[in-house]
Amino acid sequence: MSRPEDILPPDLFYNDSESRKYTTSSRIQRIQSDMTHRALSLLDLHSPSLILDVGCGSGLSGEILSNTADDGTPGGPHVWIGFDISSSMLGVALEKEVEGDLFLADAGQGVPFRPGTFDAAISISAIQWLCNAETSEDSPLGRLSRFFGGLYASLRRGGRAVCQFYPKNDEQKKMVSQAAIKAGFGAGLLEDDEGTKNAKTYLVLTVGGGDLDGDITGVVRGMDGVDVMARPGVARGAKRGQEAKGSKGWILKKKEQMERKGKVVKASSKYTGRKRRVQF
Amino acid sequence: MKLLTLNFLTCAIKTCKSAPSSFPLHPRDASLEVIETDLNLPFLKNILPRLMWDELRVITSELGLPDLPPTPPTREDLVVAAEDAAVEGEESEEEASQTAKDLHRVLLETTVKEGKLVCGNCGHEYKVLEGVPNFLLPGHLV
Ligand SMILES: C[S@@+](CC[C@H](N)C(=O)[O-])C[C@H]1O[C@@H](n2cnc3c(N)ncnc32)[C@H](O)[C@@H]1O
Ligand SMILES: [Zn+2]
Repeated sequence: MSRPEDILPPDLFYNDSESRKYTTSSRIQRIQSDMTHRALSLLDLHSPSLILDVGCGSGLSGEILSNTADDGTPGGPHVWIGFDISSSMLGVALEKEVEGDLFLADAGQGVPFRPGTFDAAISISAIQWLCNAETSEDSPLGRLSRFFGGLYASLRRGGRAVCQFYPKNDEQKKMVSQAAIKAGFGAGLLEDDEGTKNAKTYLVLTVGGGDLDGDITGVVRGMDGVDVMARPGVARGAKRGQEAKGSKGWILKKKEQMERKGKVVKASSKYTGRKRRVQF
Repeated sequence: MKLLTLNFLTCAIKTCKSAPSSFPLHPRDASLEVIETDLNLPFLKNILPRLMWDELRVITSELGLPDLPPTPPTREDLVVAAEDAAVEGEESEEEASQTAKDLHRVLLETTVKEGKLVCGNCGHEYKVLEGVPNFLLPGHLV
């Protein structure tokens, strides 16, 4: 089967008719839903979080993120922001009136949020597209580096990202993972149904620091078939503890210290999904 | 696009990354829409310390919305104190205070429907159509 990435750029491939066909296919709905749940289990969220969905398409994952814990979304309902390069895909998401915010953007151009914005990020079946540079002035490596660099900065310390993607071959799998590590992430690869035509590759990324277990070996501990690529602080020269004064990292760290010095905050109670209406 | 998102979104242009005036983006010719949604108290508590309050106040005042208090609420302010409801060891449901409801209305229900977002540093305008901002950049600005 040919890979759509090899045929057309994503915004042209996912035109109006393809976006509709994609979103209404019950087979695709089921597969994307299964992968979203798999990614959520790897994100290990316990309370409502702010989540970035990279290449969110028509919001198939987003609809799951918006569900309550009682409806099967761990820690939900989450608040999510999704972006995609295809306006047709976003158009379908608008028609469905998804709860998340949407914007039109190219992951290969970066992630335009201030440092430490998101608790977590998810990306389902999208980032293999970054390996196809559409223009002569841009390269897959440049696009991957802008994407992972931006993603890393936009996550809070202790945050995680899970990117399920379809690598064309081992070389591409390696190129993507190495780009993530270079950006500062701890990275691990998880393969489901390896070697079959249903094989699924999950890149599990952690940002060191914070109170979560930022060590990738902690995330994937006890799971079969996980290949740990790097551990935070090992792959990287500069540790997060040694940020230059005034840098994004430094500001983030300061903020966290300030928060720690503030009032002791009670852990949030479990969200029970009870409906409340705002009275005005 | 929710005002919550506007409190985190920055200019995408490379040379603006280190410029303080590239955040927040300023809405221009904006039409707003209120879209009601369920109040999510644990989320509000989670996001509260991450908000840039002064910048949120700048945006609400630029949009002509009612003034926000000069200092942000605390997590405690978001919950109605209910001594009688809390029985030791029992999972009791916390009740959202009026402060939480107001914050929910501003951050999660007030949205920019049409207009543009303007960078205070480079002046770049991001168009918003049907609530969706366009952040695609011409190649030379990446
Ligand atoms: C197979 S669809 C998956 C959509 C959604 N994540 C899902 O699971 O249903 C791949 C999506 O990635 C998007 N995409 C491809 N390249 C992208 C890029 N550079 N930036 C943002 N989105 C991109 C496409 O437009 C498309 O919506
Ligand atoms: Zn700018």
